[in-house]
Amino acid sequence: MKELTLETLVAVFEEIFGRGLFWAMVAAALIVTALYLYVLIRDRAMSMRKFLVAQLSMPIGAILAVLFMLEVTSSGLGDMGGPIDAIVLLAVAAVGAIGMAILVYTAQSLVRGNQN
Amino acid sequence: MAGSSPFTTRRGFLSLAAAGAAATVTGGAAYGNRLATKARIVIIGAGAGGTAMANRLVKRLDGATITIVDPRAEHLYQPGLSLVAAGLKPASYVVSKTTDWLPAGVTLVPEAAAAIDPLVKTVTTAGGTKLEYDFLVVAPGLVLDHDAIPGFSLDMVGQNGIGALYAGPEHAARTWEAARKFTEEGGVAVMTRPSTEMKCAGAPLKHAFLLEDIASRTVGAGKFEVHYTAPQGALFGVPIVAEKVRMLMGQRGIKTHLQHKLVSIEPGQKRAMFEKSEIDTTTKEEIKTTVEMPYDYLHVIPPQRAPEVIRQSGLSWADKWTDQGWVECDQKTMRHLRYPEIFALGDVAGVPKGKTAASVKWQVPVIEDHLVAALQGKEGTEVYDGYTSCPLITRVGSAMLIEFDYSNNLVPSFPGLIAPLEELWISWLMKEVALKATYNAMLRGKA
Repeated sequence: MKELTLETLVAVFEEIFGRGLFWAMVAAALIVTALYLYVLIRDRAMSMRKFLVAQLSMPIGAILAVLFMLEVTSSGLGDMGGPIDAIVLLAVAAVGAIGMAILVYTAQSLVRGNQN
Repeated sequence: MAGSSPFTTRRGFLSLAAAGAAATVTGGAAYGNRLATKARIVIIGAGAGGTAMANRLVKRLDGATITIVDPRAEHLYQPGLSLVAAGLKPASYVVSKTTDWLPAGVTLVPEAAAAIDPLVKTVTTAGGTKLEYDFLVVAPGLVLDHDAIPGFSLDMVGQNGIGALYAGPEHAARTWEAARKFTEEGGVAVMTRPSTEMKCAGAPLKHAFLLEDIASRTVGAGKFEVHYTAPQGALFGVPIVAEKVRMLMGQRGIKTHLQHKLVSIEPGQKRAMFEKSEIDTTTKEEIKTTVEMPYDYLHVIPPQRAPEVIRQSGLSWADKWTDQGWVECDQKTMRHLRYPEIFALGDVAGVPKGKTAASVKWQVPVIEDHLVAALQGKEGTEVYDGYTSCPLITRVGSAMLIEFDYSNNLVPSFPGLIAPLEELWISWLMKEVALKATYNAMLRGKA
């Protein structure tokens, strides 16, 4: 690739997850992010109680993200062969953890409303 | 202009696969003003090379008559065949339509090229259409000479333990039927490769490694043997890679038989005959003997040659690969040495190494540069250094990302980050998920 375009990058992700799943995931991520911003603006503050629960959910998100990634790429943990693999796997875990935290925080805020 | 954008990355073909980690993302390809020309350009072949070439030329030229000649309605993503033959992807994974990839402004003649006259500068199709050209890009691919192996025929593939994954998507899928039986029941697998130049020299290795891996997870160790045979004296053309492969095969218990050329098979008895070459240590003479190997699974890769039309037209090397007929061309510019208005692209090119999509990827911008420069009465400046890449799968889930050039140098895209001779998950990800997307982008002339 002499010119790496956004279009090709999108094509790579479509290939990884399948077109339908990839765009469903993009849509889900956008919706959750929008809702997260909505509750932050609505509440005008971070609730530390909700944030604590959100943080507790992060390891679950990390594990789920890693399992999902391994599943869609026909791989296993035994295939990790070098530092770069560990870095990529940790990055996947980090994305899963952060995504889960945002999801849990937003879900709590929407369900319970502005309590604090 | 290709190669001159500040946003370009040198080894971007693979850097893309790093999911942007080491790459720069731009909004689109940066092309300058299109060159007005009335040139007639004929491209023989709508495979990876011809299609990418057509898409790039359409973007560069205004008013040119671009004709692409290819009878095949199906476009094959050939790097996927080794995945199909290991049961990891369905046959449909590699198939698309030729017309899906061709841009507006290019005329497809869905016929085979029957004759090329490099003196009069015409291409005649099987249907009798005569196409005159100012520039010709020869990219018809190669021919698999299955008839060269007595006892073997393509209709055997998938039955009685015979596989032949190069033959196309259906044959690759049938190859997996035969190979799966081996991985479930065990026995002796014999892998072969031809003595000629061949497409993707890593594919026979991948097939051997994948079957060993799957068999060890399925039927289990001790119930099967994998034998890797090759007519050559090394397991890979690049010495440092050959040594690594030798070590891996040793670790995995894959027995290697170098200097063994498959000459015939007896499918009824499940025996393969090999011609073994040895140099007598005292007389220094080459001694050839016949070796018989029984098999439960046999993977056949036939000799490979340039299509007949190329060999008949006088475009081939006269003193190299005389039994194979690859096009005589400058290995740095891909330009024909006797007919400067002809370029060779992809498998048919008579250059050392690199009958791969990655080679095509690097050859296309070089030919584009020299062709467009010639239209302006100038000399092109881009040089092809023989770069090719081989995500050499060693297990389901791991691969080595091997990239090299004409000089057998390793040219890793991510030195210090992705080690070329290490079995890595990220290299597997590149092969399994990122390569097809980058290939498709290349077809559209965007890579």
